[in-house]
Amino acid sequence: MSVTKASPDETSPAATPAAGAPLQWLARAMKPMALALVVPLLLLAFWHIATTNRWTRLIPTPADTAEYMVDFAVGGIYDDAFSGTLLTHLLASMSRVYGGFALAALVALPLGILIGRVATARMVLDPFFQLMRPIPVTAWLPLSMILFGLGARSAFALVFLGAFYPILLNTIFGVKNVDGKLFEAASMLGCRGKAQFYRVVLPAALPSIFTGLRLGLGLAWFVIVVGEMTGVPQGLGAVIMDGRTLSRTELVICGMIVIGVAGFISDRIILAIGNYLLRWSPNHHG
Amino acid sequence: MADASPPILQIKDVCKDFVLQGQPIHALSNASLTIHKGEFVCLIGASGCGKSTLLRIVAGFETPTSGEALMWGMPIMEPDPRRGMVFQDYALFPWLTVRDNIAFGPRAARRPKAEIRDTCERFIDMVGLRRFADAYPHQLSGGMRQRVAIARVLANDAEVVLMDEPFGALDAMTRERLQEELLDIWRRTKLTVIFVTHSIEEAIYLGGRIVVMTPGPGRIESDNEVTLPRPRDVSSPEFNDVRRMLSARLHSHHAPKVA
Repeated sequence: MSVTKASPDETSPAATPAAGAPLQWLARAMKPMALALVVPLLLLAFWHIATTNRWTRLIPTPADTAEYMVDFAVGGIYDDAFSGTLLTHLLASMSRVYGGFALAALVALPLGILIGRVATARMVLDPFFQLMRPIPVTAWLPLSMILFGLGARSAFALVFLGAFYPILLNTIFGVKNVDGKLFEAASMLGCRGKAQFYRVVLPAALPSIFTGLRLGLGLAWFVIVVGEMTGVPQGLGAVIMDGRTLSRTELVICGMIVIGVAGFISDRIILAIGNYLLRWSPNHHG
Repeated sequence: MADASPPILQIKDVCKDFVLQGQPIHALSNASLTIHKGEFVCLIGASGCGKSTLLRIVAGFETPTSGEALMWGMPIMEPDPRRGMVFQDYALFPWLTVRDNIAFGPRAARRPKAEIRDTCERFIDMVGLRRFADAYPHQLSGGMRQRVAIARVLANDAEVVLMDEPFGALDAMTRERLQEELLDIWRRTKLTVIFVTHSIEEAIYLGGRIVVMTPGPGRIESDNEVTLPRPRDVSSPEFNDVRRMLSARLHSHHAPKVA
């Protein structure tokens, strides 16, 4: 009944779980998940106690929020302007998050490689980016609205900015800090000049580049609310802003939860891709 | 004296100066050495004697300040697959498996796929890493990593193998095993080996010739032929005689020097 493979391949480093004890194996597999849920469950309990005892009247109870979340997701309970619109808003935000992130990666990766490998490019561009980097995305909001107008393009631009710097800086770091011995090893094996870029620099920089992409995607989710403060009709940030102006706290909390969960899942996906691509790296397992 | 072809390696009056923190350093001073195909030459000496510098000049990683290094009579200008290097810290590509590390050179040379595969399998077997062919370097022990480093140089048809204290970081048992295996490979392949070490014993065990170098400035003190029959017995009186002689030469530079 157990699905452990009797593989003749001895090089597989993973130890197969003890056959005949699937329950034990399941328990061991569940343990990290159970431990990870301790803090969220405690928070939920505190929220429940605080709101049912009326310590504050401005925040709805978890049960109310859950009910509203169901209405927000599929509708049929309150049937107001937000009922059953979760997917629309989520997709709108996701398109901005991934679009802005993809564009940031598309610009930051080549730029980072250039700055990291070419001394002249570094001297021209690096001071500029170091100067621009400390300016928070929120500070760009007014200028972005002037440059790109109210709406989706502004949101897109702000997400782009948020994701841009971590990708750029980590790419620069990665391509700049390739172990010099590897270049010598490659050249004595007959791989010289430009060929070294693809066969040494890129793979060696991959762990750093991946760290940058992961941080960038995280920041893209982080700034989506600010990005959608620019007057877009749809998106989770827009929902939160609407909830604030309408004093509908349950809407705000629902929006927060959806962003949190979506950001978490998106991080897990990129982490899984990274762990697969970087399975050769001894110190890369997030 | 009717040598039709020039020796595989010639080092002629090579000097190498570095500037380190504003101070000029004479790493190598007037070094001359001729090595013929199939020789196993050990370079020994204290740190700072220029043995690694000499090796790196032969590899093509460094250019001499004056003098020249020749391979088959042609000046060595840059690294070349005909001169493979085995580094002390392995310098394997961590993102490639054992098999792909060995295939790196043949792939860079754009050899046919089937040929690359055959070459890889042959050298994987030669260094005894069949079971670990698909493992990544970080999953291997130091001894196994150095086997991969040797195999990837051999797979590239290197004529000269340059080894920079290759077994220095290994434990004594592994070290002895790898010395055996290296001699075995050398005998079978007719390679030319230049082996840098700071261990007199290792040099006598391996080398057909032992070049003693002394520091300040780095120079070649003497060039000694070792005629002991192989396999050499490290505890034999003859071995000890050679050891005593080399030890004396290594310390011959202890002339008083004003700092």
